Amino acid sequence: MSGLATPVAGGMIRQHLIDPEICIRCNTCEATCPVDAITHDDRNYVVDASKCNLCMACVPPCPTGSIDNWREMPLPRAYSVQEQLGWDVLPEPLPAEELGEAVTPTTATTALTAASWSATLPPWSAAHAYTNLYGPGAKGTARQSPVRAAVAGNVRVTEVGHDYDTHHIVLDFGALPFPVLEGQSIGIVPPGVDAHGRPHHPRQYSVASPRDGERAGYNNLSLTVKRVLEDHQGQPVRGVASNHLCDLQVGDAVQVIGPFGASFLMPNHPKSHLVMICTGTGSAPMRAMTERRRRLRRAGGFESGRLLLFFGARTAQELPYFGPLQSLPGDFIDIHLAFSRTPGQPRVYVQDLMRQHAAKLAPLLADPDASFYVCGLRAMEDGVISALRDVAQQAGLDWPTVAGTLQREGRLHLETY
Amino acid sequence: MSTIDYSEKIPNNVNLGEDRALKRALEQWQPGYLQWWQEMGPVETTDAQVYLRTAVSVDPQGWAQFGHVKMSDYRWGIFLNPAQEGRKIHFGDHLGEDVWQDVPGEHRANLRRIIVTQGDTEPASVEQQRHLGQTAPSQYDLRNLFQVNVEEGRHLWAMVYLLHKHFGRDGREEGEALLQRRSGETDNPRILQAFNEPTPDWLSFFMFTYFTDRDGKFQLCALAESSFEPLARTTKFMLTEEAHHMFVGESGVARVIQRTCQLMNELKTDDPARLRAAGVIDLPTLQRYLNFHFSVTIDLFGADQSSNAAIFYSSGLKGRYEEGRRVDDHLLKGQTYKVLAVDGTQLVEREVPMLNALNEVLRDDYIRDSVAGVERWNRVIAKAGLPHRLTVPHKAFHRNIGTLAGVKVSPDGLVLTATEWQARADEWLPSAADRAFVASLMGRVVEPGHFAHWIAPPAIGINRQPVDFEYVRFA
Repeated sequence: MSGLATPVAGGMIRQHLIDPEICIRCNTCEATCPVDAITHDDRNYVVDASKCNLCMACVPPCPTGSIDNWREMPLPRAYSVQEQLGWDVLPEPLPAEELGEAVTPTTATTALTAASWSATLPPWSAAHAYTNLYGPGAKGTARQSPVRAAVAGNVRVTEVGHDYDTHHIVLDFGALPFPVLEGQSIGIVPPGVDAHGRPHHPRQYSVASPRDGERAGYNNLSLTVKRVLEDHQGQPVRGVASNHLCDLQVGDAVQVIGPFGASFLMPNHPKSHLVMICTGTGSAPMRAMTERRRRLRRAGGFESGRLLLFFGARTAQELPYFGPLQSLPGDFIDIHLAFSRTPGQPRVYVQDLMRQHAAKLAPLLADPDASFYVCGLRAMEDGVISALRDVAQQAGLDWPTVAGTLQREGRLHLETY
Repeated sequence: MSTIDYSEKIPNNVNLGEDRALKRALEQWQPGYLQWWQEMGPVETTDAQVYLRTAVSVDPQGWAQFGHVKMSDYRWGIFLNPAQEGRKIHFGDHLGEDVWQDVPGEHRANLRRIIVTQGDTEPASVEQQRHLGQTAPSQYDLRNLFQVNVEEGRHLWAMVYLLHKHFGRDGREEGEALLQRRSGETDNPRILQAFNEPTPDWLSFFMFTYFTDRDGKFQLCALAESSFEPLARTTKFMLTEEAHHMFVGESGVARVIQRTCQLMNELKTDDPARLRAAGVIDLPTLQRYLNFHFSVTIDLFGADQSSNAAIFYSSGLKGRYEEGRRVDDHLLKGQTYKVLAVDGTQLVEREVPMLNALNEVLRDDYIRDSVAGVERWNRVIAKAGLPHRLTVPHKAFHRNIGTLAGVKVSPDGLVLTATEWQARADEWLPSAADRAFVASLMGRVVEPGHFAHWIAPPAIGINRQPVDFEYVRFA
C-alpha cells in the first residue's frame, strides 16, 4: 500500500536507495532506522520511500558506503520496495528531460502525477489514529512480536460458483488493546515459513469495520480478503496470506501487527461529505466509513453530510457486499456501480461514472467539507485522477489549484496496491 | 547515557565514575591490556596516524567519527547500547519475565563461559593478523586492517567489562587470562581452534573476515537476544562494529575476483598456470581457500547435538539468530530438527530434539547468510562475462567437530575412504604450493591510490573519502 509520507516538492522526491553491488547485507541500517523504512529479503536491503523521512541515521553506521545513494524521482515513479528487491545494480539517474517534465504538474501527463496528489495528512476533523502498536515498528521490545486475534466469523461476500472468492473475516482481540479507525490497516503474519525457511512477511489489509467494532461495542474488526489465485499478470500463484485467511475457521488464531496509517482517515464533523471511489477489495475502508456514518445517523449523530460511492468490479457477482449495499437507503448514500465485464454490456469503469456525474462531483471538489478517498488496484489511480481533473476543468476550476488545496487540507487520499 | 565520556581514563557510557570499585578494577586491567597490545597488536604501527573511526556516542550521529589517530593513542572504552525500558525475556523457560540486570546465581558459570569464549576470540584475531600490515596491498587496505584490529581490541574490553562488573573475583581472573593466552601457542592457546590457525596472507585475511567474523556476527546476534540485559546491550553495539569486518572480507575477496576476471578476459584464458604467471590468484585457488575457511568456521558453532545448547536456550542465556522475528512458541520443547549423520557410506538426515540441535540451527542460519555473499561474488564473475562460479562446499566437508568429525566427505557431499580423500585433498583445500604462491604475491604497497597487482581498487573510499586519500600517514 502506498503510505506516501515522503516530503514532496512539486511531485518530486529525493529517493534514498542502497547500492546492491556494494551492500554486504549486514543489517546495520535496518537495525538503525528509527522509522522502520529499511527492509530486506534474502537478496537485497531496500528503503521504502513511503516511510523514509531522510533523517540520515542509517548513513554513518553503514560500513560500506552503499547506503549513500540518492535519486531525484517524480513521486509516482519512485522505485517500489518490490522493484528494489529485484535489483542487481542501481538504475541510472533519470535523464534531465524526464525530470523536467515531471516537476511541472500542469504540463505533465496525469500518468506522471496521479499518486503525488494524495494528501499526507488527514482532514482536520479526523480522530487521532494509533499506529504501530505491535510489530517491528512498535516501541519497546515487548510489543515487537505479532499479537493473536481469534477468528470470530468468516463468511463469503461474493456469489458462490465462480473462481473469485472474497471473504468477510471478523477478528476478535479479547481484552487486548487494538484501537483502529476507519481507513487504517493491519498486518497479517501468515503462519509457517517461506521457501527459505524465514517467517513470511506480513501482508497489509484495510480494516472494513468502524471504530466501535464490527459488532458495535466489542473489541473486534473485520477485513475484506480476496483469495489470490493468480498474480497481476494472470500467472497462477496461491497468495500465502489470503488463502490462509479465507480458509480460517471460527476460533482459529491469527498473528496480527499494526495498526497502520495516519492519513487515510475520515472527517468527523457532522457536515462533512465523503466521496468514496473504489474497486474490488478496495471497498474495505469505504465499508468501514459507510458503516460508521450509518450508525451515527441511526443515533442522530450527523447533520447534512453526504456520502457518494463509485464502486467498480468486473461483474455484479464479484462485487463484495453487493447485497448489503443494495439495502442502504438512497437518501443516506448515493451509490454508482461500474461493471467492466458484464456479458453483452459495454465496459464501464468508475471513472466513466465519475464523468457522468460531474455535476455532483464538481461542487464537492470546491467544498472544504468534502473529502475524497480512492482505494483499489494501482491501475485505477490514473483514470480516477484524470476524471477528477476533467470534472474540475469542465466546471471552470483550475485543477492544479484544486488538487493542491485538496492535498494541503488532507481531503484527497489514494491507497492503492 | 549514550554520550561517551572521554575525559575519563577509560572512555565509557556506563557511568563508570560512579562505581569506584569497578573503575579501580578496570584501571588495573588497563595497563595489562596496553602491554598486550604493544606485544601482540599490529607490528610497527606505533607512530603511524591512521584514518580510524572512533565512537563518541552510541547513537547514529556519534558512533562513527572519523579522523587520523595515532594507533598507540587509540582510546578503547566501554560502550553499551541504551537500555530498552520494560524489556522482557522473549524465549525459553523464563519467557515473559523481566530481563536480568544481574547474573542469576544458577546461570553464573554458564554465562561466564559464554562471555569468556566470545571474549577470547577478540584478542586472538588481533594476534593472528599482527604481521599483515607489512604486506598490505594498499593504504586503503592497511587502514581497514587497523580498523578491524582496534575494534577487536574494543570487543575484548566489552567482554572484560561484563566479567569485572558481574563476576567478581572469578571475572577479574578471567580478564587476566584473556591477556595471557596466545593464538597458536601450544602451551596456552586460544580457546577455539579456528583462532589458533595463522592468517598468513591477505587472501586468508579476507576469507577470515568474511567467514569467521560472520561467525562472530551470528554468535553476537544470538547473545544480543540474551535475558542478561548487560550482555544483550553490549553485543548489540559490537554488532555495529562487526559489520565493518565482514565488509572488509566480502569486498576484499570481491576485489581479488574482479582483478582475476579482468586478467582472464585480457589473456583469454582460465588456465591457472598462465594466470599465476600473470600475477593474479586463479579462481580454483580462491575456491580452495573458500572451502578451507568455510569448513573451519562452521566447526565454530559446536557439536550438532549439544545439551549445553539446550540449556543455554531454555535458561534464556542465548537465543537463536533473529529470535525476536521468529513466530513460534520460543520454547521449542517437543520440536525436532534435522541433523546430518553417516550411515555406512552415505550421509543421512536424522530428526533430533530441536533444543539439542540449536548449534545446528545457528550453523544453518550462518550457512544461508554465507551462501548469499558467495552468490554476490559470483555476480562479479558474471559481470565480467565469465561462466565460472564459486560454490560453498557441503556442510559435511572437512569437519572436525560433532558427528561429522573425521568423516571424509567431498565438497559435493560424497562420503569417501581415507585413501580417496588423501588422493584428492589438494584439489579441495589449499596445498602448501597454493599458500606459497599466494604468499609470493604479498608485497607492501603504500603509495596513496596505488594497489597491489593482484587486487582491484575498491568502488568507493571510506567515509566518502576518495580511493587515493591518504588513509595512513606514516611518521
